[in-house]
Amino acid sequence: MFTRLLNWVDDRFPLTDTFERHLSKYPAPIGQNFWYLAGVLLIVVLVIQLISGIWLLMNYEATDEGAFASIQYIMRDVDYGWIIRYMHTTGSSLFFLLIYLHMFRGLLYGSYQKPRELLWVLGWLTYIILVAEGFTGYVLPWGQMSFWAAQVILSLIGSIPIFGEELLTWIRGDYLISGITLSRLFAFHVVLLPLALIAVVFVHIVALHEVGSNNPEGIDIKNHLDEDGVPLDSVPFFPYDVVKDLFAIGIFLIIFCFILFFFPDGGGYLIEYINYEEANNLKTPEHIVPAWYYTPYYAMLRAITFPIGPLTAKFLGFVVMGGAMVIIAFVPWLDKSPVKSIRYKGVYSKVALFTLVVSFIVLGYLGMVTPNPLRTLMAQVFTALYFLYFILMPFYTKYEGCKEVPERIKV
Amino acid sequence: MQPKTPSNPGRRKFLVAATSIVGTGAVIGAAIPFVSAFNPSAQAKAAGAPTKVDISKLNKGEMMLVEWRGIPIYIVRHTKESLESLNKNLSRLSDPNSEKDQQPDYAKNPYRSRREEIVVLEAVCTHLSCAPKFYPELGVTDFDSNWQGGFFCPCHGSTFDLAGRVYSGVPAPTNLPVPPHYYASEDVLVIGEDEEVT
Repeated sequence: MFTRLLNWVDDRFPLTDTFERHLSKYPAPIGQNFWYLAGVLLIVVLVIQLISGIWLLMNYEATDEGAFASIQYIMRDVDYGWIIRYMHTTGSSLFFLLIYLHMFRGLLYGSYQKPRELLWVLGWLTYIILVAEGFTGYVLPWGQMSFWAAQVILSLIGSIPIFGEELLTWIRGDYLISGITLSRLFAFHVVLLPLALIAVVFVHIVALHEVGSNNPEGIDIKNHLDEDGVPLDSVPFFPYDVVKDLFAIGIFLIIFCFILFFFPDGGGYLIEYINYEEANNLKTPEHIVPAWYYTPYYAMLRAITFPIGPLTAKFLGFVVMGGAMVIIAFVPWLDKSPVKSIRYKGVYSKVALFTLVVSFIVLGYLGMVTPNPLRTLMAQVFTALYFLYFILMPFYTKYEGCKEVPERIKV
Repeated sequence: MQPKTPSNPGRRKFLVAATSIVGTGAVIGAAIPFVSAFNPSAQAKAAGAPTKVDISKLNKGEMMLVEWRGIPIYIVRHTKESLESLNKNLSRLSDPNSEKDQQPDYAKNPYRSRREEIVVLEAVCTHLSCAPKFYPELGVTDFDSNWQGGFFCPCHGSTFDLAGRVYSGVPAPTNLPVPPHYYASEDVLVIGEDEEVT
């Protein structure tokens, strides 16, 4: 009976074929470690965000009069509304934490090298969409931080020479940040960007399954196949990797719930306290800080205090901030190394990656604290180091001594 | 089976080109309403009515905050000392003579206002649009060892003097804008228009 039903479907839709290609016969390399869990956990968080987001949408009101009150309504009057909102706020921070770990994994094991260039670029695109999604979502509660974050970030567009001011008015739909701006950011946050995110994530996974997963050794498992054409150093994704991933998801959900139940504000990092005050267009808070996952870029923005020729410091800060995100997409073509994994790369690559991580963390800290001359100088130094990782990559990867990569993965 | 070369390549080429041009035109036409809907609506445009302020209660050395078009407007009444202080720091200002177009013509003077003792400013930092804070005290502050009074932006540390002129070496590129304003009578200040509209 079941076989007949399956045959009926298979004649009309490639069900068995898809299941085998992407799950039961998808060859997962052996020896994948902790870093390879971030990808599947990102999918889990995406689902959490979609579901909690839909439920929030049922009670949220996207107007300047009603937005702040509707969040309080969700928190106090809707049954379990508080937990649904905390899921969404906690989820957003973990989304960024995981995507940073996922990107670090890519840099660590050279997961962007041929033939995975497009895979990397698609992943980068999901990150950019996520940045936009995070920003638009941050504005929606219409607290003081929401309002002034929108004010500061959208003002950057106004720094573009010649047509910046007109473009800014066009994007705001008003001469200042208002309810009109709020409702269009809302439309982006709940329709446009999630649709784009889901589409690009889907294509990202299709691309992954076309070229196959990398591994910490950076060894191409397709070089050694058995008589059926299956890589020798692989196991079928289903059930082997699925079981491992379920275990990881279990641990992840325990951590998630722990934050949800005991530290939903995250000490002011997951939900900033100033945002408990309603948006006031006449009063700037003492200290404006973006969400923690943007602070490295915010520090770079503030680090540019000098104009160059006709370009204002403000515009250059905007360019540097944007450039810091865009340059990540070019890594596949900047890395000239004959080996993939950091395990077989030379000492320069190790120093460079370490410097990048330190710079990103220090900048993240500097973006959270008030600027003073020393901190501005530090931000300038670490911004330079951040960019040097990318700009010097063609040289240090080319002229360093690499270790020989073994033929097979040893476990 | 399709033939490998079309029987009439010239006609095919023409049809492809013609369809592409018409299609592009259609896409542009269809984009117009979607792009235009992003512009400020008629309602948003109409919200820019002028604001009237009674300044009789504003004492010397004090600042009052009013709203015009959703923008915070600072009105400061100078003291004798603060008026004199405007000349003390000229070398540290990046545009002391208000050369850049940040004020109406009648405010292009050392005190950047219609009336010497009253300064009217848009409290929108020219860096990233935060509202600067009023620091009238002289002397040492966290951000300046010889402060002559003025405005300090808490977001990114830009400083302005009491006439809203920007100091050099801070992120803000230009002076604070002066909104159009005039005095309807001795004590009534109108913000948003250059002169009485009859």
